[in-house]
Amino acid sequence: MNENFNNTRRARTLGIVFLVFAALMLVLFLPGTTGSQRTTFAFDLELSQALPIGSLTFSTQGGLYLLAVVAVFLGAWQLAKGFKQVYLILGVVVLMFVLAFLTWAARDNSMNMTGMLQATLLRAVPITLAALSGVMCERCAVINIGIEGMMLMGAFTSALIGSLSQSAWVGLLAALLAGGLMGALLAVLAIRYKVNQIIAGTAINILSTGLTSYFGSRYLQSIPELNRPLTFGPVPLPVLSRIPIVGPVLFTNTVPVYLMLILVFVIHVMLFYTRWGLRTRAVGEHPKAADTLGVNVLKTRYINVILGGMVAGLGGAYLVLSSVARFDENMTAGRGFIGLAAMIFGKWSPIGSLGASLIFGFADSLRTNLAILRVPIPSQFLLMAPYLVTMIVLAGVVGRAVPPAADGEPYEKQ
Amino acid sequence: MSAKDATHKTAKNKMQAHRSHKRWRTLLTPLMAIVTALILGAIVIAVTDISVYEAFQQGVGAGLLRVVEVVATAYGAFFSGAFGNPARMVRGLSIWITTGDGRAWVQSLYPITETLRYATPLIFAGLAVALGFRGGLFNIGAEGQYFIAGLTTVFVGYALTGVPWFIHAPLALLAGILGGALWGVIPGYLKAKTGAHEVINTIMLNYIAFRFAEFMLDVGGPMARGDGRPVSPFVQPSARLAQFFPSNPDIRFNIGFILALLAAVFVYWLLFKTTVGYEIRTVGQNPRAAKYAGMSVARTIVLTMALSGGLAGLAASTDILGVIGFMPNAFSSGYGFDAIALALLGNSHPFGVVLASLLFGALQAGARNMQAIARVPLDLTDILQGLIIIFIAAPAIIRALYRLRPAEGGEEVVMTRGWGQM
Repeated sequence: MNENFNNTRRARTLGIVFLVFAALMLVLFLPGTTGSQRTTFAFDLELSQALPIGSLTFSTQGGLYLLAVVAVFLGAWQLAKGFKQVYLILGVVVLMFVLAFLTWAARDNSMNMTGMLQATLLRAVPITLAALSGVMCERCAVINIGIEGMMLMGAFTSALIGSLSQSAWVGLLAALLAGGLMGALLAVLAIRYKVNQIIAGTAINILSTGLTSYFGSRYLQSIPELNRPLTFGPVPLPVLSRIPIVGPVLFTNTVPVYLMLILVFVIHVMLFYTRWGLRTRAVGEHPKAADTLGVNVLKTRYINVILGGMVAGLGGAYLVLSSVARFDENMTAGRGFIGLAAMIFGKWSPIGSLGASLIFGFADSLRTNLAILRVPIPSQFLLMAPYLVTMIVLAGVVGRAVPPAADGEPYEKQ
Repeated sequence: MSAKDATHKTAKNKMQAHRSHKRWRTLLTPLMAIVTALILGAIVIAVTDISVYEAFQQGVGAGLLRVVEVVATAYGAFFSGAFGNPARMVRGLSIWITTGDGRAWVQSLYPITETLRYATPLIFAGLAVALGFRGGLFNIGAEGQYFIAGLTTVFVGYALTGVPWFIHAPLALLAGILGGALWGVIPGYLKAKTGAHEVINTIMLNYIAFRFAEFMLDVGGPMARGDGRPVSPFVQPSARLAQFFPSNPDIRFNIGFILALLAAVFVYWLLFKTTVGYEIRTVGQNPRAAKYAGMSVARTIVLTMALSGGLAGLAASTDILGVIGFMPNAFSSGYGFDAIALALLGNSHPFGVVLASLLFGALQAGARNMQAIARVPLDLTDILQGLIIIFIAAPAIIRALYRLRPAEGGEEVVMTRGWGQM
């Protein structure tokens, strides 16, 4: 009864939220425009193998009205009848709001949407990998707050070994090893010594920051040859890379990006459709029951946490081997923590984590695009927006995120 | 009768001996943790010094000698940077007594005052996180609260003029408390009302605070000094915190440290001697039980986050009013994450946090001297801090290393359970 009441109330709130978004599109973006202004969205990238499809030019005000009308319609439908997949519709409405913003920002100008999507995906890669690392660990009830540190170790090792070996692949493997080692450290502390997992993770963060910065300033700064790794170049997939928009965004990437996309899919399938996943989730929710049924709780945790560390190491390697081609002190810059937020936002699922990471990636990519368009809003406020949206969405609709039941608790065999 | 008395007495003696032994034991493990971390740090220093390798080419003896030399130089600089040079102190003191000129004596105290100065914001930030832990909340947002409090403090500090110091300085401190508390209340309220996770919201608010401060202090921004640098104006002299050694401008040790100690006493009193503190701890341990006992869980969560944010805010206030005198744009302090470590090391107890902060303060001050004199990168502190946390958190490692017997009885306090969910 109460549940039902809550559901209708939530449904109504969401309908109103859709209408508010529609109103905001008009109130925020319409005043600064004139009827003669036109917006151009381009879709072709230079030096791309994709088939050209040209660009789309339309009246700025017309575009804004169209988006607002569709949002009003969705809101009215939600209030009157209700959508089944209401969160999907919420996503669509938020996306339309973003489109309205871009329509306004690119008035009398042209914006390359394919470039925007590409940048969004690339910036989301390290965040997604961080979140996946968290998912791997927390699904078997080990909290991993040391992702940031594991990524740093991965980044440092890939730069050093990638330079010494003059091979990006060897650098990548070294990063996986370094991340796995830090994962093993977390596992030993959390499982064998039953250290409070948040302490263990914090210690790993501080230790990794110290180790990478210390050895970085001792060696990488004084001997530049040690900080010049070979990097991965983009590998366009045959045929697929020729599809417009999708081709350049998804199928013309470097190896670590493909690995990330594959990992999201593989971990999702493994977690929800295989015996290993069932065991992992059982260990995360009710270790005692899992133990009774013959699952080796401790072994499951060791394996998952070490694999999680390797995934985080891959995230660090991405930053070095396909992004900036060198190691800098603290270059992860909080991405491990954003990844944690993405994991919680994505409700501890790989696909949800990817979705949340894309939001943060989009935020990151706005920085460069808006600088080009010379938007009159202080850039700082635009850069705040995605964090604000995350908070609002979290408070308004997602609400309580429920972690695995045994998350953070050491297991003692009786 | 007398025999019985005697056995009674020996039993009592034994118990007393046992108790003092136990107290010694509880101190021994952290001490050995620090020593072990320093030994590992020494290995890192020696292994990464090129002159050591050159010396080993001349022979094992020369190599080992060089190792001792390198480590002794580094750690000598480290300890004199953290605690001062005893010989200089004695010399300064004797000059003061014989000639009445105390300047050399004051200068010799510089290292130890630096340790205390570094410890001051750490105490506030550590208390903020510890208080949150006690209330079952994981406040990763000390960093953001620090930023907002910096803005409010510095604004009151420079915009208010013509006020006597005994009004101005407290007002500026209060502004910092309120700014930090506001930034703490937001995730607290969202958690209490909607269940939105405070870990995400405090991380999000960190970034929002960072951008907001950047906007306010950016060249041409509302709070920029106007000389083409992204920094705030200087606060009025009346808002500055009193210095202990105003005659020596090198020494920036100020009453902020005393305020930090008072804050620790306040948090202790609040947590363990008041009804509010009891409610915070109950909500932290078992929100359901707290609810059935008639406590308002939502109100307690908001209050805990407000107090936590206010404490983190004081870290910024004392930094600005006591040390820097203005707010720079790139204010990133890293206190937010150090604070987590401090709260954990101090077992979420206010006095434990003070001890841990003093340790970290000494590491900071010592490492700066070590970098200047022995050219060992500053980042060694992070390595040492990480190792110390690991060894203190996993005493079994230390016990195994030194063949110590395990301490009897449960000693661990549960501080954080999982994500602190309700």
